[in-house]
Amino acid sequence: MSTLTPTKPARGIRSFEGKTPRAQRESPFARVSAMIVMGVFTLYFLVPIWWLLVAASKNRSEFNSTNPLWFADFSLFENMANLVAYRDGVYLKWMLNSALYAGGGALVGTLIAGMCGYALAKYNFPGRELIFNVVLGGVLVPATALALPLFLIFSQISLTNTFWSVFLPSLVSPFGVYLSRIYASASVPDELIEAARLDGAGELRTFFTVSVRMMVPALVTVFLFQFVAIWNNFFLPLIMLRDETLFPVTLGLYAWNSQVNQIPVLRDYVLIGALLSIIPLIIIFLLLQRFWRNGLSAGSVK
Amino acid sequence: MSAPAVPMTDAAGAAAGKGPRAAKPPGAKPRVQHKGAILAFVIPFGALFALFYLLPIGYAIYQSLLVIEREGTFGQATQVFGGLTQYILVFQNGPFWESIGRVLAFGAVQVPIMLGLALLFALLLDSPLVRGKKFFRLAFFVPYAVPGVIAAIMWGYLYSPNLSPFSAVTENINFLSADLVLWAIANVVTWVFVGYNMLIIYSALLAIPAELYEAARLDGAGQLRIAWSVKIPLIMPAIVLTAIFSIIGTLQLLAEPQVFRSFSSAVTSTFTPNLTVYSTSSIPNFNLAAAFSVVLALATFILSFTFLKFTQRKESK
Repeated sequence: MSTLTPTKPARGIRSFEGKTPRAQRESPFARVSAMIVMGVFTLYFLVPIWWLLVAASKNRSEFNSTNPLWFADFSLFENMANLVAYRDGVYLKWMLNSALYAGGGALVGTLIAGMCGYALAKYNFPGRELIFNVVLGGVLVPATALALPLFLIFSQISLTNTFWSVFLPSLVSPFGVYLSRIYASASVPDELIEAARLDGAGELRTFFTVSVRMMVPALVTVFLFQFVAIWNNFFLPLIMLRDETLFPVTLGLYAWNSQVNQIPVLRDYVLIGALLSIIPLIIIFLLLQRFWRNGLSAGSVK
Repeated sequence: MSAPAVPMTDAAGAAAGKGPRAAKPPGAKPRVQHKGAILAFVIPFGALFALFYLLPIGYAIYQSLLVIEREGTFGQATQVFGGLTQYILVFQNGPFWESIGRVLAFGAVQVPIMLGLALLFALLLDSPLVRGKKFFRLAFFVPYAVPGVIAAIMWGYLYSPNLSPFSAVTENINFLSADLVLWAIANVVTWVFVGYNMLIIYSALLAIPAELYEAARLDGAGQLRIAWSVKIPLIMPAIVLTAIFSIIGTLQLLAEPQVFRSFSSAVTSTFTPNLTVYSTSSIPNFNLAAAFSVVLALATFILSFTFLKFTQRKESK
């Protein structure tokens, strides 16, 4: 998240891995209490996920009868196979949908937000500040407030209950424009753009070959935030979609979970499905970490 | 509640720092250079923003000014202009204002606890007291990878009296009862977002040059003193920012209570403002739902804006 404070690429910044000097000077009491606090909260944060892993690895009879925080017969893969087979693999369809909504939406959204932010940072034109301020206001408008009116508009043109009804609104990221502008002003030198012009490169070409490269840390951050926002989005798909083959995984699992009382077998699928649905985001976050570190070291070289 | 983590003040700085472009010849008529390129850069986002942000806002306001009129009981329904009729209904709607009160109470308790914990962990990670920083940072952040819906489903089971691994506790305390369910949801939100806020604050701490508190150390200040007098004042903008986004998130609460409806009958269809919008629109009464949306968006905007102004004034004192 260091990439988020791009305007001060930090002399003397400490990296995430940096060792803080002189640990030995602190009193043992302070050190022990600090470690106890961190330890207790590690349990708080991880035990629910551990429970989910254990619960997802059990078959139904063991779920109630065995220790909830330890494995019985390890049938995780069996459960996975059952989940995937259930109703012609609708769960896989949901995961694919989520990947398309979030991956595609974040990719296109980052590109257009990056372009707009770059133009706002690097060109002078009438209405520039007005556009920027309107976009900034957009950051404070909660996306959920837009879901209902979007539904009303889309139903006028019969676009509700389609892939596009969820995909298109997800492309807009005012925060992305904001961050791209800040970052481009700070890290893409005007001289470089002038040099590219003298070499005869057009404006668009300069952006895509030269400037984009310098904006990578900001663009990656925008991409990841938007990916998470779309992946977690619930209200928009809830209000737009009726056809379950269009559901993202969050809406699908929600739908199953509300039918557990009528169809008890769904509980198994909800648990294993919830576990699997977390994995893509954890992978994305591990990648994200690497970029933070790269962004940091890139910042401190300058 | 996913996203922005940049001190807002940077915007002003970046905008103010941009002088007139050097390339402009002196005395020439101000002419926009590279018009085509600018349009190509701005139009894709601009068009989508207009279509999916500005238009819905306008349309919601328009819809909220209409009322449905019927000729007789079974007659054709037509939408006619009704002025502020829907807004009068909004202000007379008891459950809606109860739900606003509920999320405000939620926010008043949950946001300080969540940000307090986030600040504590960030300071501990930034102090020499903790070993294994990389592990803790990751462990605390993992819940953020769990979507709100999934987190709520998971905790729903953890709270349930007979399925929970902590049934010794949950058999005696019913977290899903009318009295406690709001705070049970607060715990879910806290669980998801502490690590995220911790990282934002921690990044702000890393940006403080170490020399700044080396001096304080040499003067004999302890970790607590340094944290309180040096670090916290310097990272105030980051804390304010996390607070604003938490306030926005609180007023928009929807996914978690919606999931909890299948665990607890205490969560009604008007439990939070957004649930009210949703259930009103499924009646369907779109005009009233649009009016709810407009009022909620305005309330959110005013609250976060006031908070921003309030903290800025306090800081400048």
